[in-house]
Amino acid sequence: MSDTLHIQHEVASHGHSGEPHVHHHKETFISKYIFSMDHKMIAKQFLVTGIIWAIIGGLFSVLFRLQLGFPDQNFPILETIFGRWAEGGKIKPEFYYALTTMHGTVLIFFVLTAGLSGTFANLLIPLQVGARDMASPFMNMLSYWFFFAGSIVMISSLFTQTGPAAGGWTVYPPLSALSQASQGSKSGMDLWIIAMTLFVASQLLGGLNYISTILNMRTKGMSMTRLPLTIWALLFTAILGVLSFPVLLSGLVLLMFDRHLGTSFYLSDIYIAGQALPNEGGSAILYQHLFWFLGHPEVYIIILPTMGLVSEILAINARKPIFGYMAMIASLMAICVLAFLVWAHHMFVTGLNPFLGSVFVLLTLLIAIPSAIKVFNWITTIWRGNLRFTPAMLFAIGFVSIFISGGLTGIWLGNSTIDIHLHDTMFVIAHFHIVMGVSAFFGMFAGIYHWYPKMFGRYMNNTLGYIHFWVTLASAYLIFWPMHYQGLAGMPRRYLDKSSWASFSQFHGLDAMISVVTIIAFSVQLMFVFNYFYSMYKGRRVRSQNPWDATTLEWTTPIHPGHGNWEGEIPEVHRWAYDYGKDGRDFIPQTEPIGENESEH
Amino acid sequence: MSTSIVSTQQHNKLHPHKFALWVAIASILMMFAGLTSAYVVKSNQTGWRSFVMPKIFWVSTVVIMVSSITMQMAVKAFKNRNMQQYRAMLGVTFVLGIAFVISQVFGFEALWENNVRFKGASGAGQFFWPITGLHALHVIGGVVALLIIFFRSVIGKTKTYNPVPVEVMSTYWHFVDGLWLYLMIFFLILG
Repeated sequence: MSDTLHIQHEVASHGHSGEPHVHHHKETFISKYIFSMDHKMIAKQFLVTGIIWAIIGGLFSVLFRLQLGFPDQNFPILETIFGRWAEGGKIKPEFYYALTTMHGTVLIFFVLTAGLSGTFANLLIPLQVGARDMASPFMNMLSYWFFFAGSIVMISSLFTQTGPAAGGWTVYPPLSALSQASQGSKSGMDLWIIAMTLFVASQLLGGLNYISTILNMRTKGMSMTRLPLTIWALLFTAILGVLSFPVLLSGLVLLMFDRHLGTSFYLSDIYIAGQALPNEGGSAILYQHLFWFLGHPEVYIIILPTMGLVSEILAINARKPIFGYMAMIASLMAICVLAFLVWAHHMFVTGLNPFLGSVFVLLTLLIAIPSAIKVFNWITTIWRGNLRFTPAMLFAIGFVSIFISGGLTGIWLGNSTIDIHLHDTMFVIAHFHIVMGVSAFFGMFAGIYHWYPKMFGRYMNNTLGYIHFWVTLASAYLIFWPMHYQGLAGMPRRYLDKSSWASFSQFHGLDAMISVVTIIAFSVQLMFVFNYFYSMYKGRRVRSQNPWDATTLEWTTPIHPGHGNWEGEIPEVHRWAYDYGKDGRDFIPQTEPIGENESEH
Repeated sequence: MSTSIVSTQQHNKLHPHKFALWVAIASILMMFAGLTSAYVVKSNQTGWRSFVMPKIFWVSTVVIMVSSITMQMAVKAFKNRNMQQYRAMLGVTFVLGIAFVISQVFGFEALWENNVRFKGASGAGQFFWPITGLHALHVIGGVVALLIIFFRSVIGKTKTYNPVPVEVMSTYWHFVDGLWLYLMIFFLILG
């Protein structure tokens, strides 16, 4: 971590030399780069930590894809690196489960929640609503450091004797509650719970700040309906987080009691290793309810911020106002409400009452409506626009494509009857990786390419950006599209080796192909990481305050804004964020008053 | 950065810190809603074992309700700039907060004596521990905050008449009080 912070120091000080700068308060190295209370620096801290986590989590998927693609081969290098976890160059079953579990946990929580919302909520909320910082900069700093502490605990679980948590990112009991049940349910599981508790604390501190900053600290004239859609999306994301993460926490507290104090919240009538346990009357399904009450909103916590980023980037680079602004807000709100009402669709095969199941089917399928409205509006936004194909724009368009592909299979899985066949198969893996994994990454990449000039005063390299986009897009479909067929054929997820089933042996070549593409896709992401860090020093400098000709407030700040963002007064806002191509003008900034002969949009 | 985070045109709005507290309260409520709804679902299943609330929890209830009143008096004294009384009432609230936690510990011990313990079959008693334990943690958090603002008012270098921190404190304190009342009634009816 200290290395990366050092890098940021150099970059920032580099930029300083050319810029006259107003310092409102004295900053030391520690107060500026480590325990910083500046929302922009905290955003960068979240992003860099998220990138490190993404490399770790992505590498895990490469490792278990080696096993899945080439189950009968040995890779001696694995033994060199992982020792007894991969004796003879073959991944052990316990290690395989630990890898899949940590891949899920890391990517979902540490990258696509903290790395994504943490970065863009911190960077964009004060800049786009016109505030000098968050409602409580101190709590905002705490939010990052709780995340950092959670990260350290989670990393440390990789180095324990019995390995990290295993048994899936959902850590269902009774497996996760009984340390005698598996290696991954020993100390690794405790560290997982502690890390997640710290993580939840981080999310709550962050979420409180995001919500109260958006609702209470907008600049003069910035009414709610003049906010850019990024802010609306981040608002609903934060609301989802503060209302659902505490429920996960309560589920984890009960799990901790079951693990260490002998309670029976989730355990009942268990006979393990020749011994009957005294636990009675508990219910493992209770955990699933508590988990999925967070778990489902969590997927919207991941995807909503990217919807906001993409809406903004599409409008700017199509030079057209966003189509259906109010419909966009309404559909975000509808998704936010429905997110809390569909959790049991993850539990269709738990013996859930079929009549109750049908209610959850209905509510689940209802989410297709706001999602379709959003997709329609994105397409109509770029329809007949003067498209500028920046890397950010390509990723935004790619997001829409991927989101449609993944969303359609959601309609399959949302039906409880089809789900009986598809549950826990590779079809589910394909569905959620496309709709919330890959598409959230596309939205995040779009955001990074687009706001990089604001973060570092330089551009990222475009050529590398284009290679990154096309290879990632092709790989995403090559990896996940075939998994639908595997899942339809009944191939289960999480299995170590399926070669002994005659019915799945036909997929052997397909699995090998997927694994090879995974390695290619992973190396292209490393190229992106290179681009990210290289451009901090060597990227093309930003010369204009408003490089994308955008209307929003963040581009009215200096190229290297200090803590406090605007050097003079905070600008006043007179119009909505999407006056592109209006009255013969390419764009009109939000700060410009409505002209005499002009009508508000 | 200017010292105040609130710009001039925002004065008629709710202070961001107060608003953040309300969101935090909603968040904490969700955690207890999760736990108590788990309790409700489980209590309808066969083999559910109930328990009797030890009488000492009534003492806790009275103590925390009185502390809410003294907290309110502290806010009133602060607004009247009667700092002497403000500090006194803050101190009383702090002592009552500690008394509440101690009283809870006695209650936990009484329960333990009555054989309502962790191990073994599921039941109301098992749920009681994490739920009231988490509540006690929230009260302890409030007690620490009381201590901090008490010392700030005693050894603060500058005199401040900004009522926001005190009001945030009192709202939180009333919240943990109300939360305890809810839990008490909940366990009395469903325990």
